[in-house]
Formats: sequence, structure tokens, C-alpha cells
Amino acid sequence: MPWLSADDVGIILLSLKVAFVAVALSLPPAVIVAYVLARGRFPGKSLVDAVVHLPLVLPPVVVGFALLVLFGKRGPIGSWLEAWFGVVFAFRWTGAALASAIMGFPLMVRAIRLSIEAIDTRLETAARTLGGSTAWVFASITLPLALPGIVTGVLLSFARALGEFGATITFVSNIPGETQTLPLAIYTFTQVPGGDAQALRLSAIAVVLSIAALVASEALARRARAAQAS
Amino acid sequence: MIDVDFEQPLGPFTLRAQFAAAARVVGLFGRSGAGKTSVVNAIAGVTRPRRGHIRIGDATLFDAERGIDVPIAQRRVGYVFQDALLFPHLTASANLQYGMQRRTVAERYIDADRVIDVLGLRPLLGRKPATLSGGERQRVAIGRALLAQPRLLLMDEPLASLDVPRRAEILDYIERLRDEFRVPIVYVSHSVPEVTRLADTLVILADGQTLAVGDVHDVMGRLDLKPHTGRYEAGAVIEAAVATHDDRFALTTLRFEGGELSVPRVDASAGERVRVRIRARDVSIALARPAQISMLNVLPATVLAIGEESGPVVDLQLAVGSARILARITRRSCAELGLRSGQAVFALVKAVSFDHRSTGYA
Repeated sequence: MPWLSADDVGIILLSLKVAFVAVALSLPPAVIVAYVLARGRFPGKSLVDAVVHLPLVLPPVVVGFALLVLFGKRGPIGSWLEAWFGVVFAFRWTGAALASAIMGFPLMVRAIRLSIEAIDTRLETAARTLGGSTAWVFASITLPLALPGIVTGVLLSFARALGEFGATITFVSNIPGETQTLPLAIYTFTQVPGGDAQALRLSAIAVVLSIAALVASEALARRARAAQAS
Repeated sequence: MIDVDFEQPLGPFTLRAQFAAAARVVGLFGRSGAGKTSVVNAIAGVTRPRRGHIRIGDATLFDAERGIDVPIAQRRVGYVFQDALLFPHLTASANLQYGMQRRTVAERYIDADRVIDVLGLRPLLGRKPATLSGGERQRVAIGRALLAQPRLLLMDEPLASLDVPRRAEILDYIERLRDEFRVPIVYVSHSVPEVTRLADTLVILADGQTLAVGDVHDVMGRLDLKPHTGRYEAGAVIEAAVATHDDRFALTTLRFEGGELSVPRVDASAGERVRVRIRARDVSIALARPAQISMLNVLPATVLAIGEESGPVVDLQLAVGSARILARITRRSCAELGLRSGQAVFALVKAVSFDHRSTGYA
């Protein structure tokens, strides 16, 4: 492709990798948290709710800074993870994925929670009278019925990951080839004289990626709904 | 054998359910708000009573004193809800199998193919619930509960969300499964025709209290329960055998201990036992056997009791042989005929007052 340089391709692939890993990382805990918030009744539920929503209301820079403090090389969690598992987040693409996962988490939880809340709890009761254990009822009834919400949640958090800027640049900096995702690259080009054309091209790519993600998720959600209706 | 005796808070009241029955079908009857659904929820294990016990056969599902509270999934109590509550993402076939797959082979005693045939589900198997009609959904829901191999089947107003022609159809199916499978049924309804057609034992609930428990004929024939068994629908139930069919006039003659009844043709062969409900308002009284009259049913009867005398109408309890029926006449007629208990009279019943809803297999 003549109008895409090798650097461009690298940036796109890195952005997609970061976004996919961020979504994969946050999906299982998001489903569990959404289920607990939708169905659970326990003291401190509103506190859990508030903590989950924190990344949505805090300035992204604050989230990035908190990640730096906790997951940095000398941070309490970061140093522990490195010593035991050899996992390093600081100034690596994995850190960008972590930042994106956390920023998209409330959006994902919200979408899944709404679709779980929309499920008639009597369907779950019916499944239990038929002999289903709690775990089996969750897997065979709740999860499939929440599928449209899960698809929406995945899309929202994927889009959020593709666009994530503040927390990423604060946590893992702006290192070409390692942590420089699409928004960071666009930002970099706007800061150098004569970089407007390249910034514009990358912006066009960002638009194409976002629309593609939107169309794909719409198609998936439609299929999920159709599977239930016909 | 169903043995239920428990207490449970219910809004401002305390629900007290207390009945034991070895019947094929126990009718749980009462107005809305009487606590019927709370009783079945406690039996299913959806809610937990404060004290008492719930036993089915030799299995104790709940016993507050002994600290037994079997979890819902292990109770093996089938529950058919008012709206079918089929799993919308699964086909009818997958819905039917949902519960059966959770039971061990040793626990299975109801055959899937027979349930599918008896309920006429075969053409529906591949379809999703959204494409089924209300009646079809309810049939699948009944099949699904049966295939979970229950010790007891709870049916909570299973006809309430259906239109009238559908109701009659589902009622036929329920009657068939009652006779085909050996599952005791607790049938909840506020409809007199439904419970009297299906139930052997009737439990009457009012304001959370168990008001009466007994044989359906006895309970429906009691004058003191009339405010609960319905004003307009009040009536007694008798059991009879099909004697002959009259093809020329499309009538059937039923024989019971008090005599014979002519009713519009019923779909049962000679010798089969059927159950007929005679509404009190369809019964007239004469002191002498009337001649030249259109009413086909003239039954010699004895006045057993005269109900409360206020307002324009009065209810009489009559003995026709060993059967008990109710008659509703005006207070004026009662006075003009000078009726008193012990008096011999004739009970007149129009044959056309019987319809499909008032006759069924016993």
C-alpha cells in the first residue's frame, strides 16, 4: 500500500494489539463485576459501584499517574509482579494495554450490567427449579441472554482503548515502536513543523478503524439478537 | 402424599398453609392476594418459611426444626409459571431437555418421547419460543417441567395468560398428563371451573389462612364456603359414569348415585367416569314433578340446609342420592314454596346449562 509507510503499519498494528489485549484482559473481570452489581445484594455495593466508575470521572492523567505509582518498577504491585512473574508494565506496550483496559472498564461493566439487569430473574429461578446449579444457570441462561450487552461493552472498551491518550502517555510515555499508539503518534506529528499531513493521514486511519469496529459490533449484536428471536 | 404445614410472613399477614393430601391433583384455590403463589414458592424452595415442614412422599424438602432446607435445584419440584418463562435463546427441544440433562439416569422415570406425544410437541421442537403461540409455549413449559423428572408438579395459574379457547385446549392436555404420568400436581387457580375439573382435593386459602381442605365434592358443596368458592360461579361437583349417547339429539346420559343427567354430548365412551359441575344458579326447585316442561333433568332431592337469608337470593344445599348439589333461588320463591330443611323436592337442571368447561374426566 503506497500511502501507508512501514512506520504507519507498525503504529496501527501496535494500536490494535494494545486494544485487543486491553479488551481481553478486562472482559472476564467486567462480566463478574457486572453480574455482582446487577444481582448481588451486599453492604458496600455502592462503594464498589463508585470505584468501578472512577476511571470514567477522573482525569485520565490521574489514572496514569496512579498506575505509575502502583505498577511502576518500584511500585508495590509492579515490583512484585516483576519479581514473581517477570511481567513488566512500565514503559512497555503491556502498560499501554493495562491503562486502556482500566480506562475502558467502567464502560464495559455498565453495558454488561444493563443487559443482565434486563433479564427476567424468574428465568433464572425457572432454570434452578429444573435442577441447574448457580454456576450452570449463569453459564447457560444469564451469559447467553446478556450477549448483546457483552458485545456492546466490548466495542465501547475497544474504541476507548484505540483512543486512549492521557493515562497511556502518563504511565508508559511515548516511545515509538513500543508505546506509541495511534493517538500518541498523531499528537507527536502535530508537535513538529510540517507534520500536519502525516497527522491528517493517521487521523483518517483512526476514523476508518473506529467505523470498522462499530460496523462489526453492530453486525455481531444483530446476530446475537436474531439468534434469540427466531 | 403431599404434606405441607408451615408459616411464613406475607406482607401484613402471616401465611399459614396446612394441608396433607394423597390426591393426584390438589387444587389450591383462593382469590388473588390470598397467598396461593407464596405457598407454591415455598414448596419450590424459592422462599423459605419461618417454621413448619414440607414433605413430598418420603422426601423432606423443608423442616425448620430439623434444620432441613433442600436447595431449589435438588428439590425436584417442577414449576409451571403463569407465563411460560421459556428460555428465549433456546429451541423448544433444548428447553425440554434443559432439566432432563441435570438428572441422573436413576432419577429418570418420565419418558421424553411420551411427554412429547401426549402434549403434541413434536411439530414445535425446532422452533424458538418467540415464534410459538401462547398456548404452544405453555405446553412446552409443562413438558419442560415434566422432563426434569419432578416428585411434584406445581402449576401456578397456567391458563391465566391465555385466551379462552386456548384455556380449554390446555386444560385437556393437563387432564391427559394427569392420567398418563404418575406425578402429583398442585394446581393453583382462582377459577372455579378449572379447579373443580382437575382437582381431587381442594384447599381453600383466604387472607393467608387455610380455610378448608377436603374432597372437591364436599368442599364445593358446602354452603359456609360459598363466599370463597364464588358467588356467580358457585356450584357443586358430582362424579358420574357415562351411560348412553343419544346420537339423534347429540346428548349424553350420565348416571350417578342420585339418578341420571342429560347433558350435551361429551367425548367419553360408555362406562368412563366423568366429573360434572352444576352451578347453583342453573338449578331450580319444584315441589311436585313438573309435566310438559323443557327441562330434561328432574331429580328427586331433599333439602339439607338453607343458606343465609338476606338480600334477594338464597342458596340451598340439596341431597340427590348421596351426592350434594347447590341450588340458588330467590328468597321470595323460598318463602312462597315454604321450603325448610328435610323437605322432599325436585331439582330441575337445564341440559344446556352444561358446557365443555363444566364436564371433564374424573
